[in-house]
Amino acid sequence: MAMLSFERKYRVRGGTLLGGDLFDFWVGPFYVGFFGVTTIFFTVLGTGLILWGAALGPTWNVWQINIAPPDLKYGLGFAPLREGGLWQLITICAMGAFVSWALRQAEIARKLGMGLHIPFAFSVAVFAYFTLVVIRPVLLGAWGHGFPYGIFSHLDWVSNVGYQYLHFHYNPAHMIAITFFFTTVLALALHGGLVLSAANPARGETVKTPEHEDTFFRDAIGYSIGTLGIHRLGLFLALSAGFWSAVCIVISGPFWTRGWPEWWDWWLKLPIWS
Amino acid sequence: MKLTVSLSAVVIALLGIAVAASGWVRPPLDSIQLGFRGLGMEEIVNPRAEAKLEAENQAPEALDPPEPGGPSAASVYENLQVLGDLSQNEFDRLMLAITEWVAPEEGCLYCHNDENLAADDVYTKVVARKMIEMTRHINSDWTNHVGEVGVTCYTCHRGNPVPKNTWTEDPGPKQASGMSASLKGQNIASSTVGVTSLPYDPFTAYLARKDEIRVIGNQALPGKPGASIQQTEATYGLMIHMSDALGVNCTLCHNSRSFFSWDQSSPQRTTAWYGLNMVKDLNAKYLDPLKPVFPAERLGPLGDVKKTNCATCHNGVQKPLYGANMLKDFLELKGASN
Repeated sequence: MAMLSFERKYRVRGGTLLGGDLFDFWVGPFYVGFFGVTTIFFTVLGTGLILWGAALGPTWNVWQINIAPPDLKYGLGFAPLREGGLWQLITICAMGAFVSWALRQAEIARKLGMGLHIPFAFSVAVFAYFTLVVIRPVLLGAWGHGFPYGIFSHLDWVSNVGYQYLHFHYNPAHMIAITFFFTTVLALALHGGLVLSAANPARGETVKTPEHEDTFFRDAIGYSIGTLGIHRLGLFLALSAGFWSAVCIVISGPFWTRGWPEWWDWWLKLPIWS
Repeated sequence: MKLTVSLSAVVIALLGIAVAASGWVRPPLDSIQLGFRGLGMEEIVNPRAEAKLEAENQAPEALDPPEPGGPSAASVYENLQVLGDLSQNEFDRLMLAITEWVAPEEGCLYCHNDENLAADDVYTKVVARKMIEMTRHINSDWTNHVGEVGVTCYTCHRGNPVPKNTWTEDPGPKQASGMSASLKGQNIASSTVGVTSLPYDPFTAYLARKDEIRVIGNQALPGKPGASIQQTEATYGLMIHMSDALGVNCTLCHNSRSFFSWDQSSPQRTTAWYGLNMVKDLNAKYLDPLKPVFPAERLGPLGDVKKTNCATCHNGVQKPLYGANMLKDFLELKGASN
């Protein structure tokens, strides 16, 4: 537990979205709440189903355990448990647990009178997962288009789905998403480096202020985004990375069936050079 | 400020063009599962585009069957080096069909001298003879690829004297000298490789010479030097050509977790492998030897003959003409195995 003996922990009553006072208590350091209970429920059930699926399968090698979605022939209906039905139940549990977790974050933020930035940010990640296993399969007309739950098997799925469009690096939304991922890393490295360099001066020097930090970047590149701004930028970059990842997969299939390189025909046909 | 406005205008215009770019589709779409569930080996097909493609790839109606009996063609006509085994009725009907398949506008005189139909002085007649030999060779010796459906002149020609999809060695665009003298055969968004930056002439190496497509190492860790990046990308370029030529994606034949592994590939890969060998065989035995016959304007920029690749027959369709069996009405083109 990160709390030190001299730190006070404020435990604020109320702010719940559902259940009123029913689960408004803490267990040790953890806030419970209605959505804490549903998180535990879906997590335990989902994990149990994964273990059951693994037990039905041919291997206990953690790399190779594979719980695959149904055959395409089942369309958007239910499949027998051993032929993808487990995948469907586990997907429901996963969505239940992820959404519960986001709502628990929202309750804690409300208790403390904070903004809802954290549940919003987490929801973008949930949205990317929802896109992969619900939106895209529904648009294509079969749950079988979801990705399998397994360490190696989901990598095989990613590889093959990429090759369905010949060369996925030409997918424009994939390009944007990758650019945001790299930029997120760059921004975090610059920010972490800057804060540590100000907070850890040489022996005998005093700790430096945000003014020093701003001045460093003004000297280096003529502009500093500032102490609050860097966090806005970081959140924007990170959420954009997740959002464009969801876009790049949902357009592959439902809105584009050919090789992605061909999408760039419009560039080759610009009147400037064609 | 003015700069910001004009820059934004350019960006919005580019985005507008991108969104308006042709090729976007919409659900509902058809999908075909090609591997174990969840493996991602699938074809996703746009049924509206497919209907259009199917309409464009229909076999023409066969001529009425020839009357049985009658004299042999060899006894009536002179200079019959091939097709001498046919009856006159069969021969005349086949000539009519070939005219319809290959030179419907130009007519008989596209190949024949109207003063002496038996003469070989029109070069296209010599070419046509070789092509009839080739068709018979395909239909009798390459059933591993063409099955019992086989091919006829129409499979490639589609009413054109020169099939729409052929290739010649590509010297690439003219370059300046010095540091920019060579593009190393890549980076020009060529349509032969699906407008990627991949090497734009994968055909010369793999379909005319005997280069092998085997570039993947067969051990987990690097040992002795393997294939170069350039060789690897050239094979990738050839594979993109195959995809484009057949209107399919990589996962029709391959499980991308291990491209080379036959036991993880679909049965279609075997058919494709025979196809690649067939194309090599046809280019070497039937097309390349025609070089002295063709006039200069029929040859490529480097002076080689127009040759076949997958698109020559397939024309964007997995089974040419959607698997229509034209050969059953023209068994004369089956020929004896040699």
